[in-house]
Amino acid sequence: MAINIKVNGAMHSVPAEPDTPLLYVLRNDLGLNAAKFGCGLAQCGACTVLVDGKPVRSCVTPIDTLGQSEITTLESLGTVERPHPLQAAFMTEQAAQCGYCIAGIIMSAKALLDRNPQPSEADVRQALAGNLCRCGTHNRIVRAVLRAAQTGGRI
Amino acid sequence: MNAISRRDFAAGLGGITLAFTFAPRVALAQQPARLPGSLDNNRLLDAWIRIDTNGNATVCTGKVELGQGILTALAQIAAEELDLPLGRVQMISGDTEKTPNEGVTAGSQSIENSGTALRLAGAQVRAILLELAAKRLGADAAALTVAEGVVAAPDGRKLSYAELAAAADLHREATAQARPKPASAHRIVGKPIARRDIPAKVTGGIAYVQDLRLPGMLHGRIVRPPGYGAKFEGFDQARIKAVRDGTLVGWIAEREMLQSRISRPLGDGAKPEGFDEARLKAILPGVVAVVRDGSFLGVIAEREEQAIKASLALAESARWMAGPPLPDEAHIYDRLLALPTEDKVVNEKQAALPEGVKFVEATYRKPYMAHAAIGPSCAVAQLSNGKMTVWTHSQGVFPLRGNLAMALKMPAENIRCIHAEGSGCYGHNAADDVALDAALLARAAAGRPVRVQWMRADEFLWEPFGPAMVMKVRAALSPAGRIADWNYELWSNTHSTRPSEPGGDNLLASWYLAEPQRPAPPRMMPQPAGGGDRNAVPLYDFPRQRIVNHLIREMPLRVSALRSLGAYANVFATESFMDELALLANADPVAFRLAHLKDARARAVIEAVAKKAGWKPGERGDGSKGRGIGFAKYKNLATYVAVIADVEIDRASGRIAVPRVYAAADAGQIVNPDGLENQIEGGIVQSTSWTLKEEVKFDPTEIRSRDWDTYPILTMPEVPLVEVELIDRPEERSLGAGEAAQGPAAAAIANAFAAATGKRLRDLPLTPARVKAVLQG
Repeated sequence: MAINIKVNGAMHSVPAEPDTPLLYVLRNDLGLNAAKFGCGLAQCGACTVLVDGKPVRSCVTPIDTLGQSEITTLESLGTVERPHPLQAAFMTEQAAQCGYCIAGIIMSAKALLDRNPQPSEADVRQALAGNLCRCGTHNRIVRAVLRAAQTGGRI
Repeated sequence: MNAISRRDFAAGLGGITLAFTFAPRVALAQQPARLPGSLDNNRLLDAWIRIDTNGNATVCTGKVELGQGILTALAQIAAEELDLPLGRVQMISGDTEKTPNEGVTAGSQSIENSGTALRLAGAQVRAILLELAAKRLGADAAALTVAEGVVAAPDGRKLSYAELAAAADLHREATAQARPKPASAHRIVGKPIARRDIPAKVTGGIAYVQDLRLPGMLHGRIVRPPGYGAKFEGFDQARIKAVRDGTLVGWIAEREMLQSRISRPLGDGAKPEGFDEARLKAILPGVVAVVRDGSFLGVIAEREEQAIKASLALAESARWMAGPPLPDEAHIYDRLLALPTEDKVVNEKQAALPEGVKFVEATYRKPYMAHAAIGPSCAVAQLSNGKMTVWTHSQGVFPLRGNLAMALKMPAENIRCIHAEGSGCYGHNAADDVALDAALLARAAAGRPVRVQWMRADEFLWEPFGPAMVMKVRAALSPAGRIADWNYELWSNTHSTRPSEPGGDNLLASWYLAEPQRPAPPRMMPQPAGGGDRNAVPLYDFPRQRIVNHLIREMPLRVSALRSLGAYANVFATESFMDELALLANADPVAFRLAHLKDARARAVIEAVAKKAGWKPGERGDGSKGRGIGFAKYKNLATYVAVIADVEIDRASGRIAVPRVYAAADAGQIVNPDGLENQIEGGIVQSTSWTLKEEVKFDPTEIRSRDWDTYPILTMPEVPLVEVELIDRPEERSLGAGEAAQGPAAAAIANAFAAATGKRLRDLPLTPARVKAVLQG
């Protein structure tokens, strides 16, 4: 059984059962590290990726539901050398402790900035309400998203 | 590195006992001179620092990155003393074959112990290189200068570390004689250097053990018993067939969120089928091996989702004999108080009691709390040519290796544990347990590496929780409004069942093997750091006091170290009661504290936070808004933190909001102010979550906190804004800070609630139900 999915602009044929959650395909078949297993229940947001621009919990998204959708992961935003404004802002604000939640948070933030390029602080907090952070880095995260908005987070 | 023997662990060189290195250790005959910090246990210079022929440094530390930024801070210290740019210092951390054994990364001690070692080792290495350069240049070493790894003579001639490295003999005893730089000469220490680990974390680099992808790697999952102590009886194999065609996502949800685990009869007398691996493999797609050893049950598959599916199918069909029932949560404190205890008066001060004192007392309670890492624990293990290699996010690779050796019945020298970061742990969670799980599965993988990650419910149901505690305090107030007597007693299980504890094996799976290991016996951890009694001795200057620690040895729920150990509960109780006494004395809480406190640095953080928050003496809340203060010097020997919290109470719903928190912290000489601020603020936010929301739910049948719905934590819209003021004291020793803010933050919130409403909440967490009950009462 092979299923075709479109990730970060490229088509991939993956040898997985149709009910396989997207998360495992991204991590194990495509070697993409950013989306993380946190709960498998769509409760924590650590596995968040964009599907056609919308934030989606990849841990509960079977690959056979994706069709021709465009899947976007953190890896496609930028690199250490050429970071996306959100990634640059997270580095500038040092907005991580353990950082396990951060990839999912940046993807939720990207979806927010794509639809609302100048969010208020309350908008940011609300948009990230479904992304849990355990280290207590929340305020730095909010500052990073607001900084990215100022520097043109929409790319 | 020399192999570290079991005896070394037993002698307390590893692990949490590092907390007590301020106390003289039992002297052995001809013990060499005591060296500061972790140098004492790892005395060879090149165990810490090596200089290669490019003039770059490799720095080894036994302390590990947990998201607290320690590797950046330690690199700063080493680079500073070596006079090398930070970019030329490579860090190697937590590897039983490469780094010093520094026990466990815990207790806010890494800067104090590893930092001290690296500071002194760095100064000595620099002195050795300077001495060599002086000889070659025919100059006086004292006249030489160093910048960016290049030594310069007064006449302008230069020699680089690269040119000197080959001749520098660093394989020698550290002496701690070379003087580290004075703070005034620091160029890297004290600066808000960006963390080394963050770029990979925000770009999808390989940042965690969860991201390791070794050639030929298989995926494993564990099928844990339905509860503590349950015994495996066999399979109902027909059931596997019936359920294996379900949808994986739906299955996970059902098993993780619903109580299906207990819906099957346990040990109901019907005879289950035996364990037939060949049949199981035939039924379960992708499965490479099903491992059963006693009541330990796991599965290995080619693909991760196949391992998950197989583990769910096995869980559906496995039959278990239930273990002993859990206590009833509704009566947990009575149950704990009824258990036998080991009692110790940990501090006592005698003085005459003045005339006319008034006694008051109160009891405070703290529930079981979960570490609740966002990322479930994970490890990768590979057994190859008789050697087991384990990649782990354990806080202590050497103690872990010791416990693995016992459970696997392998010599420790045939096991290598290598640290790789995991999700933040906040103490002893399942990081060590999953390492044994992976190793047990790797034995069945024919040399291929096996990656095991726990599922969400595994993490909640099986982690060792922070223990429930009861604190009773009785104090006497003099007619002048001063505390004349302070009696404080606490009841708690041990706060460490880490692998570093001597006398047993503390890895979960080891207790379920056909030849089971016994857990190490709980023991009282000595003051001044303490365990359950951490910060039970108040820093205030009371003329008369008595502090008693009651260690409850029996553990109805699995427990161990959760960030700050007993300090969170003891500071909550002590600082709440200080406010209760201040109210009785008709005194302002800030002034009341200062009146009982001589320690100048303690006074300074309290005064600083009061100023920062604009504290108005005598200000009272209005029924729905209020502010409160909390203070502690962590462990009475680490960072000073004072916190003021503002709260808003919705009297209808009972919900407490904490919109804003102020803090002042004194951690001595600051290595990295941004890192310190991040730790203090993170501690405050985490404590706000603990204090408002967190308690492990259970009933006699099972732990009921199994996901984020049944164990909710603070969410982004609920998080307070936090302002932290750091008091830098460059001439003072650096103090551990990672756990310093939790207790003061909890007390500040509880005191703010009391200030707002005139009612006192003494049971944690401060839930809407408790708020409504106390407001109506």
